[in-house]
Amino acid sequence: MLLTIRSLTKTFPGTKALDGVDFELAAGEVHALLGENGAGKSTLIKCLTGAFVRDAGVIMLEGEKISPSSTSEAQELGIGTVYQEVNLLTNLTVAQNLTFGNEPLRFGMVDRRAQLRQAEKMLEGYKLDIDVSRDLSTYSVAIRQIIAIARAVALSGKVLILDEPTASLDAREVETLFAVVRDLRDKGLGIVFVSHFLDQVFDLTDRVTVLRNGQNVITERTADLDRVQLIEHMLGHALKDDVVGHAKTHKAGGEWPELLKFDGFGRRGHIDPFDLSVGEGEVLGLAGLLGSGRTESAELMFGLAAAQNGAARDANGVLDLSSPRKAIAAGFGFAPEERKEDGIIADLSVPENIALAMQARRGWARPIPRAEQLRLAEAYIEKLDIRTSGPEQPVGDLSGGNQQKVVLARWLAMNPRFLILDEPTRGIDVGAHAEILRLIKQVTAEGMSILIISSELDELIAVADRVIVVRDRRHVAELTGSEITTDTIVRAIAAPDRDMTEVLA
Amino acid sequence: MNALRRVTPQLLTLAALVALVTVFFPDFLRIEVVNGRLVGTTMDILKRGAPVGLLAVGMTLVIATRGIDLSVGTTMAITGAVAAWSITQGYGLGGALGLALLAGVAAGLWNGTLVAIFGIQPIVATLILMTSGRGIAQLVTEGRILTFSHEGMAFFGSGDVLGIPAPALLWVLTAAGVAFLMRGSALGMLIEAVGVNRAASALAGVNATVLLIAVYVASGLCAALAGIVATADIRGADANNAGLWLELDAILAVVIGGNSLMGGRFSIAASLLGALIIQTIDTGILLAGFPSEYNLVIKAGLVLIILVLQSPNLSHHWYALRRAAQSRRETAMASAKETGQ
Repeated sequence: MLLTIRSLTKTFPGTKALDGVDFELAAGEVHALLGENGAGKSTLIKCLTGAFVRDAGVIMLEGEKISPSSTSEAQELGIGTVYQEVNLLTNLTVAQNLTFGNEPLRFGMVDRRAQLRQAEKMLEGYKLDIDVSRDLSTYSVAIRQIIAIARAVALSGKVLILDEPTASLDAREVETLFAVVRDLRDKGLGIVFVSHFLDQVFDLTDRVTVLRNGQNVITERTADLDRVQLIEHMLGHALKDDVVGHAKTHKAGGEWPELLKFDGFGRRGHIDPFDLSVGEGEVLGLAGLLGSGRTESAELMFGLAAAQNGAARDANGVLDLSSPRKAIAAGFGFAPEERKEDGIIADLSVPENIALAMQARRGWARPIPRAEQLRLAEAYIEKLDIRTSGPEQPVGDLSGGNQQKVVLARWLAMNPRFLILDEPTRGIDVGAHAEILRLIKQVTAEGMSILIISSELDELIAVADRVIVVRDRRHVAELTGSEITTDTIVRAIAAPDRDMTEVLA
Repeated sequence: MNALRRVTPQLLTLAALVALVTVFFPDFLRIEVVNGRLVGTTMDILKRGAPVGLLAVGMTLVIATRGIDLSVGTTMAITGAVAAWSITQGYGLGGALGLALLAGVAAGLWNGTLVAIFGIQPIVATLILMTSGRGIAQLVTEGRILTFSHEGMAFFGSGDVLGIPAPALLWVLTAAGVAFLMRGSALGMLIEAVGVNRAASALAGVNATVLLIAVYVASGLCAALAGIVATADIRGADANNAGLWLELDAILAVVIGGNSLMGGRFSIAASLLGALIIQTIDTGILLAGFPSEYNLVIKAGLVLIILVLQSPNLSHHWYALRRAAQSRRETAMASAKETGQ
């Protein structure tokens, strides 16, 4: 065995994050590490990479006991990690990033030419055609991800940990990345793969280990498991029907009374003018590749960028959507894609985070009493199953999925008439995923209208009554009823304009 | 209860300092009544600490938004000059106070606009007024020390109410008022939210721009009050020396108060304890009778010790030690129970 972990235990104030976990990694395998948010995946990885020091247990690398106390020590031992938020410096060149900390020196100065050569050598075999002397920021997230992997492999070269590497990649980029990973596996590396995307787990991995509440549930060959079994292991109970995501019984268009109408709404450089009508209680889906103009559409509707053309109307006339405050006053809500940057207030508590939008609407002079904040928080902690060690815990200490739930709770508490959700389930575990989809159905049944942006087509198919397809900053297709299938959406995303009529025919 | 736990390190530090000074100067804590006024070193500290205390109130709010206000010392000079000029021009006490406070508001609006609307980094934005402010004050005083004799104005420097020095009363009341305003309304939480994450707060509908301007205005107002106290104290406006370097003491007070320069959670009470700690050090050094050339070095040494003791890394160690001791106790108790059975 390349890497063996026995009875690993790690305790934090109030919680036992890892409780006697065992884990094995063979050379030349890709091993998936799965579990719900808060199951202990991140803690396990951090104990491996030296970011945390374990309380008890044994870690053995190639038969030797190891106790890395820092990430650099773990790297020297041979354990490299690539995180979802790539930990490279975008303002440096690719070569500088690759050789960072090991720059080739000449007379005490960095030898630029040797640096470039070394960087090119490190990237050999990754099938990347890039100029290593350019800034890292000129390349896409997928390429940065591969560069990060190349760096980790060159520095460490025994164990490679990939923590949610595909969360911000589109389908084609994922394929490129997987080709690289398979290649490394064949070269004999042991690879730990953490992901919420079960399709990718089945596609890529050889074995699966599932954690739940800091304990082992199973370790199995991936081929011996099916999707439902795997989800059940993660949840710890049998699945309710709606989790697997049967397609919604789609109503035909025009069954919802019109709530809002955007006419020729657009802004140069963001999104071409579009027409969109939103029905009361309707779920609209927005599909398209990353950067296609999905998020830009939402930002325009919520007043983050002012529309240059067109107007938004409701039954009472034209709406002023020139700023988020105005949009909120018009009954809009927006849970953004980047929850860390744009969503949570990391240092504030869960109740304060949930009450923030409501407090902003009431004005500073009318504070929401603490007791009411707590009541509100407790209601949503239960409703959305937010895992906290107590209501005073800063939101920044919660796991990513739970942070997302706090942002959702903030907007649900506002009870807006039109709520925009940008990738609401990214990085969220299956249980919470199903819960959020169920919530969407519940609130729309009560009359709220929702616009959901998602890269997961299954999700759109499961909840949306109508799907708008965005490509190259234009709304190119609108699918309703039985037209909403993975196939039509993918073809609409891929098709050149003139073929659209054929797609819909 | 929570509020008390928050200021415990500062209270302990102050207590330790008082004990230390009392060792060198046994009469430190004695308070006498002379002519109906309370007189004693502690009263002196409360009075002398007024300018830094007032500045620290405003500075706490600015720092909570991840900002900093370097201009408060010069704002003191400007507002003090305006107050003295108004008195000599015969605007009366009300007019002088009003104009001085107005000057403070104007300084705050200037800083706040640069930071919140133009997006200039707070340290640079407020540096502009810090460097130009003394010039403005000199223009007001026409380059000389502008003295006045006006008992009403002088009251803010040397008067007393029920035996308590007026400056001490002013800063305690200001601090209590602002603290109550922050925690009695939602302002405190909204300021913290903007300080931690302005983008996310704005997206949740918080009017971050107005809040940011407001904290700089609050800081300008606090500086105006401090300027009035300083001018009233010497019955004159000294554009060159009023409030000189006090912005640094005010920032130090906020930091000793355990408020993070990265913004977010803040405690005005803790900042005030910080201001008291600084003033106690200043007064204590003088009382202890060290030669004056040692003063600054001793002050720096004490501040260093305090900051190291309060540093996050050290407090993490303390927490770990306490936890270890606790778990040892628990195992000891458990084994004692077992042997008892």
